[in-house]
Amino acid sequence: MSALIEVNNLTRKFGGHCAVDNVSFSLDKGEVLGFLGPNGAGKSTTMKMICGNLTPTIGEIKINGYDMIEQPKLAKAELGFLPEIPPLYPDLTVDEFLNYCAKLHGLKKPAIKQAVSHGKGKCGLTDMGKRLIGNLSKGYQQRVGIAQAILHNPSVIVLDEPTVGLDPIQMLEIRQLIRELGEQHSVILSTHILPEVQQSCSRVQIIHHGKLVLNESVEGLSYRMTSSSLLARFNQPADVGELEGLAHVNAIESLEANHFRIHHQQGTSIAEEVAEMAINKKWGLLELTPEKHDLEQIFLSMTQDSNTHE
Amino acid sequence: MNSLIIASRELRSLFLSPLAWTMLGVTQLILAYMFLTQVDYYLTIQPKLVGIPNAPGITDLVIAPLFANAAVILLLITPLLTMRVISDERRNKTISLLFSAPISISEIVLGKFLAIFSFLLIVLFSIALMPLSLLTIGELDLGKFSACLLALALLMAAFNALGLYMSSIASQPTVAAVGSFGALLLLWIIDWAGSNSGNSSNLLEYISIMRHFENLLRGLIHSTDIIYFVLFIAGFLILSIRRLDNDRLQK
Repeated sequence: MSALIEVNNLTRKFGGHCAVDNVSFSLDKGEVLGFLGPNGAGKSTTMKMICGNLTPTIGEIKINGYDMIEQPKLAKAELGFLPEIPPLYPDLTVDEFLNYCAKLHGLKKPAIKQAVSHGKGKCGLTDMGKRLIGNLSKGYQQRVGIAQAILHNPSVIVLDEPTVGLDPIQMLEIRQLIRELGEQHSVILSTHILPEVQQSCSRVQIIHHGKLVLNESVEGLSYRMTSSSLLARFNQPADVGELEGLAHVNAIESLEANHFRIHHQQGTSIAEEVAEMAINKKWGLLELTPEKHDLEQIFLSMTQDSNTHE
Repeated sequence: MNSLIIASRELRSLFLSPLAWTMLGVTQLILAYMFLTQVDYYLTIQPKLVGIPNAPGITDLVIAPLFANAAVILLLITPLLTMRVISDERRNKTISLLFSAPISISEIVLGKFLAIFSFLLIVLFSIALMPLSLLTIGELDLGKFSACLLALALLMAAFNALGLYMSSIASQPTVAAVGSFGALLLLWIIDWAGSNSGNSSNLLEYISIMRHFENLLRGLIHSTDIIYFVLFIAGFLILSIRRLDNDRLQK
């Protein structure tokens, strides 16, 4: 299956400052991608570029096979975007606004009514149709923003911090909605809230100083999290079979020559056994590091590692 | 088609604010007063005109001055109408709704232009009603009258295009209003230099909006003047498109 979103070597510079640096990834149908990163990491810039609000300095973006630069109309027709600040006209009612958005996306008359009522239903706005957007609370405005993004049934939905300003119940509803949307569409969502990623996403990317520092499926991530692991580097070639024979070892991943990630059961420590074995077999132990095992720690290590590189 | 969607939304928002209604009311009130004084003046000099061969008629003495006055009022109100069309969208970040919809930048600009132009056509219509009321008591030179209508419509479109451009470069609506008012006034009076001593520059005369507008008001439909207005409108619309396109390229 071809990817719905394809981003290749995306770079964006603002003057001398490089906001997004050579980011590439692709997203298939039915995936929910969580975009994580500290403030100013380039999340919003990347999302704006995907949605054609900003032109990349270098790189290409393809939405459902259509190039964003060459065929912007076709690409944008496949796209629903909720920016950081929801683009709402306070002097229109919810119905008027959603009708306008449906027309902008080229929906035909009979389809508009259905799309608007469907969008309102999905976002819990059914009773709000006649209300002025300017009089709605922040949470409801956010919902109108989301409704606007999913209205025309786009194949790709990009949500920039969709749960900001919502109360905990609404947050749960929105996460539920995102999971539902993820079944039929591709969703990219950016957030600061780490548990949100675990709950609603199937893939996680961490971006830091414009660079993609982690791109992992949630299964891979939870594997990292639930089974803690050791990084071991040896001077001599080590026997994987013997390492696997150790008690509590789940799996061994070869990273480079003589460099292994040893996954083991959580709550046990096998560092001692590995060290002992290495000494006995004369593998020449160079490095033995226990790995972090929670999303917050992964996030912090990813984003702080790069800080020290600078 | 897409432009019409944007235009109808824009026009709707315009009429939801008191600004549009106030403008319609104030313009109509002032012009009606001017129209009455003009009619009054015509009635006082009418007996003298009878003796003069080829004397100017009511169209020259009432309608043309009315439309000239209307132009001055438009000079004041158009910047207020156009100031927020693009700069407000940019400030409120609603512009991203348009940028991420399958619409081209030219359609966005054209939509904004059409919205303000339709409002100005409503103004034009209510101005035109005053001379038309004279039809009940006499005759009008309908040829000259349509020339006046054309002149004012072109002038409106030109003011509108320039105001739109100013709105697209300014970050705040008030800055856009001041900018377009200044630019329009300058273009209005630019041929004053040297016009008293009789050695005015041809170039400045060509640039001046007033020259072309006055030619049309006199009933002289000259292609030079029409081309001037068309170029003016198209030029500023293209500049606005370029400017808005630049938003996506920024820095």
